[in-house]
Amino acid sequence: MKLKKNIATSENGFIFNPATGDSFSSNPIAAEILQMMKDGKSSSQIKAELLDKYHVEELQLERDWDDWMSQLKDANLLEQ
Amino acid sequence: MDKHTKKPLVIAVTGLNAIDSPGPGVAVIRALREGLDRELRIIGFSYESLEPGIYMHDIVDKTYQIPYPSAGIKALFERLNYIHAEEGMEIIIPNFDAELYNFIRLSDRLAEIGIRTFLPNIEQLEARDKINLLKFGKKHKFHVPEDKVINKAEELNKLAEDFGYPLVVKGKYYEAIIAYTIEQAHKAFYKLSAKWGHPIIVQQFINGTEINIAALGDGEGNAISIIPMRKLYITDKGKAWAGITLEDQELIDLANHFVKATKWKGGFELEIMKDAKGHLYIMEVNPRFPAWIYLTAGAGQNQPATLVKMALGEKVAPFTKYEVGKIFIRYSWDHITDVKEFQHLSAYGEL
Repeated sequence: MKLKKNIATSENGFIFNPATGDSFSSNPIAAEILQMMKDGKSSSQIKAELLDKYHVEELQLERDWDDWMSQLKDANLLEQ
Repeated sequence: MDKHTKKPLVIAVTGLNAIDSPGPGVAVIRALREGLDRELRIIGFSYESLEPGIYMHDIVDKTYQIPYPSAGIKALFERLNYIHAEEGMEIIIPNFDAELYNFIRLSDRLAEIGIRTFLPNIEQLEARDKINLLKFGKKHKFHVPEDKVINKAEELNKLAEDFGYPLVVKGKYYEAIIAYTIEQAHKAFYKLSAKWGHPIIVQQFINGTEINIAALGDGEGNAISIIPMRKLYITDKGKAWAGITLEDQELIDLANHFVKATKWKGGFELEIMKDAKGHLYIMEVNPRFPAWIYLTAGAGQNQPATLVKMALGEKVAPFTKYEVGKIFIRYSWDHITDVKEFQHLSAYGEL
């Protein structure tokens, strides 16, 4: 699942959808993941980087990833 | 335009009621003062003595009271002739739905005495009227909610069966009330008919995201400017207290389609509801600039200033870009004036 092309993000975790006017605040890790998504990295690449960088079990990361995707979808930030 | 022209350009503007349900006049004037590269003399036209713009002398140079629309075009033309003799007006920008009919009917006579307007014609005005919106939508293939124009409260019962609840009960010119029961619908009917007269429009409720589009047509089928905005903060009167410019090609396409279909001349606002399926319903077409029009100047497409250029005969190319994510936030400001000013306006009809 890809982030919509026109979604604007900032280093401080602010997310803006220019098509709807919706804005969201995210924590630093979410901001980091969003940036990786914007850079065009695949979900497996992003997950690999997260596993490498943070102390997290793979199973936990998978669960959190599903939750993350669900939040992005609900917020209308993913390509259809 | 020539910045060094000695004589200021004299523009008259209505809608100085910058209140909680504001008229567009003050916002239009701000945009004109910023967007026209020459000296301006702004004449305010007011209907009531406590319209804030009257007393804001850095916004309005001089205000004249004009007769209510119900007084008819003869009374209006007489008053405009008097003001014209005093001020030498070059352009009038009316900003209220209810007064547009009279100004449009007078536009040729105004042109004869040297006053320009840039307005739709009567047919365009009537085609998009709330009363005709459904027919208009079907003709031009726009999504428009089902509605029924009624004159008797008893008709509400049948409509409640047809449309289901909630029902949207709308006044002829302004205001809409959402009714969740037949009692509320009746109350809304009587309230709106007492205030705005008959008929009353009852509309199917569309659930979704409310979006507004301010646009400017050249009268030949071209949209010169289109700015979509989503309300971020809405007052209990349904007015935007804050809003943000959007990037959505479907909204731009819709406004272009509207201008092409109608050959609209002048400013207008589309009130849109985007439902869960992404359908864009036209809920209402306001035949003049909205109160949030200053945001168009802030986003890089100054619609009031562009309208003036077109009214003066300048050929203007359509804007191609604007800033997305520009926000307006309205605010209240206690302006101090003196009773002498209020007294002067009340006694002489001008200030």
